[in-house]
Amino acid sequence: MIDAVASLVPVNLAAHAPALLVVLPMMIAPIAALMPNGRIAWLLSILTTGASLVMACVLLSQVRSIEGGAVISYAMGGWTPDAGIEFRIDALNAMVLLLVSVIGFLAAIFSWPTVAAEIREAKRAMFYAAYLVCFTGLTGVASTGDAFNLFVFLEISSIATYVLVALGASRDRRALPAAGNYLLMGTIGASFFVVGVGFLYAATGTLNMAELAVRLEAVRDSKAVFAGYAFIFVGLGIKAAMFPLHQWLPNAYAYSPSFVTMFLAATATKVAIYALVRFLFTVFGLEFSFEGSTLIWVLMPMGIAAMIACSFQAVFQTDVRRTLAYSSVAQVGYMLLGVAIGTTAGVSAGMFHLGNHALIKGALFMALAGVVLTYQGTTLNDLKGLGRTSPWTMTAFAIGALSLIGIPLTAGFQSKFALVNALFEYGWWWAVAVVMFSSLLAVVYMGRILEAVFFRTPANPNKRHKEAPLLILVPLWVLAIANIWVGVQGGFVAGLADDAAAALFIGGGS
Amino acid sequence: MLEFVLDRGYYWAFFGLMMIGLYIAFASTNLIKRLIGLGLFQTSIILLYTSLSRIDGGTAPILFGADYPKAKAYSEDQAYETSEAGGSTIQSAYSAAESYGSSGVENIYSNPLPHVLMLTAIVVGVATLAVGLAIIVRIREAYGTVEADEIRAMDLEVAIAEAASDAEESKVGAA
Amino acid sequence: MSGEFAIIAALVLPLLICAGIWLAGRVPDLREGVTLVGAAALFFVAIVSAMKVSGGESPAISFGEAVPGLEFAFKAEPLGALFALVASGLWIVNSFYSIGYMRGNRERNQTRFYMCFAIALFGAMGVALSANLFTLFVFYEILTLSTYPLVAHKGDANAQRGARIYLMTLLGTSIGFLLVAVIWTGALAGSLDFVPGGLLQQAEGLTPVVASALLILFAFGVGKAALMPFHFWLPNAMVAPTPVSALLHAVAVVKAGVFTILKVAIYIFGEEILNATASREFILAVACFTIVVASLVAMTKDNLKARLAYSTVAQLAYVTCGAMLADPAGFMGGSLQIAAHAVGKITLFMCAGAIYVATGKQNISEMRGLGKRMPLIFIAFFIASLSIIGIPPLAGDWPKYELMQGAADADLDYVPYVLIVSSLLNIAYLLPIPILALMPPPGSGEPAAFKRPGGAPMLTVAAPCFTAILCFLMFFTVGPIADFLEPATGERLPSAYMTSGGQP
Repeated sequence: MIDAVASLVPVNLAAHAPALLVVLPMMIAPIAALMPNGRIAWLLSILTTGASLVMACVLLSQVRSIEGGAVISYAMGGWTPDAGIEFRIDALNAMVLLLVSVIGFLAAIFSWPTVAAEIREAKRAMFYAAYLVCFTGLTGVASTGDAFNLFVFLEISSIATYVLVALGASRDRRALPAAGNYLLMGTIGASFFVVGVGFLYAATGTLNMAELAVRLEAVRDSKAVFAGYAFIFVGLGIKAAMFPLHQWLPNAYAYSPSFVTMFLAATATKVAIYALVRFLFTVFGLEFSFEGSTLIWVLMPMGIAAMIACSFQAVFQTDVRRTLAYSSVAQVGYMLLGVAIGTTAGVSAGMFHLGNHALIKGALFMALAGVVLTYQGTTLNDLKGLGRTSPWTMTAFAIGALSLIGIPLTAGFQSKFALVNALFEYGWWWAVAVVMFSSLLAVVYMGRILEAVFFRTPANPNKRHKEAPLLILVPLWVLAIANIWVGVQGGFVAGLADDAAAALFIGGGS
Repeated sequence: MLEFVLDRGYYWAFFGLMMIGLYIAFASTNLIKRLIGLGLFQTSIILLYTSLSRIDGGTAPILFGADYPKAKAYSEDQAYETSEAGGSTIQSAYSAAESYGSSGVENIYSNPLPHVLMLTAIVVGVATLAVGLAIIVRIREAYGTVEADEIRAMDLEVAIAEAASDAEESKVGAA
Repeated sequence: MSGEFAIIAALVLPLLICAGIWLAGRVPDLREGVTLVGAAALFFVAIVSAMKVSGGESPAISFGEAVPGLEFAFKAEPLGALFALVASGLWIVNSFYSIGYMRGNRERNQTRFYMCFAIALFGAMGVALSANLFTLFVFYEILTLSTYPLVAHKGDANAQRGARIYLMTLLGTSIGFLLVAVIWTGALAGSLDFVPGGLLQQAEGLTPVVASALLILFAFGVGKAALMPFHFWLPNAMVAPTPVSALLHAVAVVKAGVFTILKVAIYIFGEEILNATASREFILAVACFTIVVASLVAMTKDNLKARLAYSTVAQLAYVTCGAMLADPAGFMGGSLQIAAHAVGKITLFMCAGAIYVATGKQNISEMRGLGKRMPLIFIAFFIASLSIIGIPPLAGDWPKYELMQGAADADLDYVPYVLIVSSLLNIAYLLPIPILALMPPPGSGEPAAFKRPGGAPMLTVAAPCFTAILCFLMFFTVGPIADFLEPATGERLPSAYMTSGGQP
């Protein structure tokens, strides 16, 4: 199917797919800002993200056209990589780009009812412009092959994100301090990242990531390189909400507009994890990460701490959005644990979970957006009895919840299975116990929500029957069915993850 | 030991600034002061990068002296050739620049690349500052204050009130 | 009908039945008709499957891989065919009973009830016919999830609490222990298939410690087998209406649990490795402990369903005990117990339900003398009690016999004593009920009055009588059943003489 979509694009456009994917939203964004009407801006964003989705399909089919995964190198403006910026797409990026564009497209479609309800009329066009800028930034991070360019795109997406989060103030003014905090921490994170890149540049003289990988071999033992590694690790860790640098996330997710929460939960941390993986494995190389024992002594404990601590915190929340936010941090812990194993199987499991988690959280937050639209509240009490009054929305929510718990026949089960398998192969029994324990905690906090939704009577009998509008339901059910499809026939996503891991380990690794 | 410190004096300065900036960002209660700390932090990074560009004995990266005629001669040759083929001066400048990579220069120049990178970083910093200040303006409108502890106290009151009403609702619902 | 088609039919039929029930939801008689006809069809398919298996075939079918390495594969083999027969056959009986009970008690949400039943049977069929651990796990979870609405059926606070404990315990043990055991097995052996002789024979790096740990994870991971200390979901699930208790907790759910343990013992570990595993004796001790302690607790319960629940816990441990004996007689005893206990327990539960519908009474102390008013119920109860106790000529005798034989073969002296003590305790907590009801001591006072005019509905009386007769008939059909199971459980030692059904 990917190839069918890809073949729709004429060849001369397809050659520029890497650039178009990123630049189209960037160019459309100011146009959207100037639109008189939020609706036109909305349609523009659907068209743009749709075009980016098509481009992502093109890239994926190009990457998969060669056995073992091709690497597409696109020189921006025709400047060769030593002088200019390169967009470098291999199996890892292609997967992340596909993910971000699919989520971006579905999010754009479902956004209108929530935006109409939550954002003031005068600001809607600019809201969509900010969304397109954020989308540009995220896809840019996933496409670029230049370290400093990654910082630029990272900041582009982040600044747009701060704006988007702050726009939740019309619903709840606590969005503003949340956005302020997020700004502070996010900027510190990105700045740490750029310091790290600076050290690398000082040591090697190049900013191109592929070239860095080559030149770092010679200067591996230099303290500057190690300092750079540390800074990059912490900086990207803040962006990826790696425990304990995750404090900005729960507030940002809880108070921002529902559409923003859905989009961020499904994409922002994923892209940061991608950047982290890219630096750990491609730029610095597996031996460096192992020698420095960062994987075993830093990434893995942080992953495990995230899973336990944040699952516990999720149990004690009354607001469902905060529960899901803490759960997201815990799930990031799973992904980092998979990456920390350092084998192809482990990284593949981590990437598999990255993809599945985007589907899961996307569905969950989309369903919640429907609830917010019709019932205006997201505490456990507000959700009571909704299973009866809005069955379509809540069934999709239930599918996402079961997937999060890891019930067989859902996507979450597949990636948990792959992760535990990889852990067993590597011999980390205690990590298996931790994974299972946090799964049990997930049963508790999601089970409580599901019980309230399906088996309790509404607390406020005056709440009328109201299903979410079709614009929300259709993308929601696309995601829910995707969850089940990956659970039953996970070959496609698992294959993407395997290719991605293989691309990272070219010429080495187990 | 002293030499070690003095030799790297500017790095001490940059990281000192960085830490001061970070401290201000964390420890201030006033939100605007936090942004100032952030700005200080970002400035120190900019200084770090610009220091990287300095080469011992290097001068501003503008071709001069021995390199300039070479460029002119070279580009004149190129222009002569390419004008016959219909090329432009931009193209000749490009090929001239390319040729420097392979043929080397006579004078020592400082590296212009970090400056360019930092121009981008300055822009990013300005954008962040702008958004940050805009958020602070809105906070002032919504909360009436820009002190972080007062804001937190107000949010805590709201959270407590919410939790209380939530507990009541759940009691009502169960009853 | 080919074997493969039978497997597909066995899986698809319950889903079709569920859809039919949903469509016919407005017309109760049509809806019940769908269940009955469908259940009969399913039983027919199970018989076909069993016939194929007894003919020496093992039809298998695969529906492709979920992810490379995890296949949805099904295969009919003796144990599974037996379980499928028991589950589908008793579904018919229980459906008749449900009709009488649900209508007699005027229960709400009957469509949801019957639909969830059908899905639960889908899960049970999947478990019975699974060819590898992955498929079994998937259908095991389907069974858990589909029975949750059934346990919570009444909807009041008590029911919700009971259902929550039910779900948490079962999901907790399956995700926390069973899934780990499954993945570990896959990592060790490279595959998850059920292999005659034991999958783990192909495993590299199987140290005794690893095998012990794996066995413990499996034994406690299968929460449905109600091994102490993970047994408490069963008494808590008694808040469900009696038809649910009858079928699911006496037949499908718990039987799926002990069936899983048997399959793991026979097809994953295999007799050889199981004998060499150190923790086998530990699990055996836990099973014996469960048998005795659960029986003791049962004696203290006045609520009839609670007493029956603890009795089930004890009886299930027989199967685990048989599995852990790790010899053919033990396996045979465990397998026979699945069938014998199913028939006996379902009778007891149906009687309990009938009493509740007729009189509203749930406590044994209030049932004195009730046999005068409801003679058939209590006679059926009496017969089923004898079967559970293990007295010939009733079905429950043979499993006990085989288990003792298996214990002797394995040189484990304490197991027969445990079984004898258990029989005595069974007498103590089961027999007083029908005896005090049918022949109350003088001066007991008037028996409880009927709250429902006309007493128990006819269907709720006919069903347990039918299954009580089955208890009796099964005694004589044990020979063919044992022959049927022998390819799975292995040749028993020559001192076993059951195959000919003759006397020593």
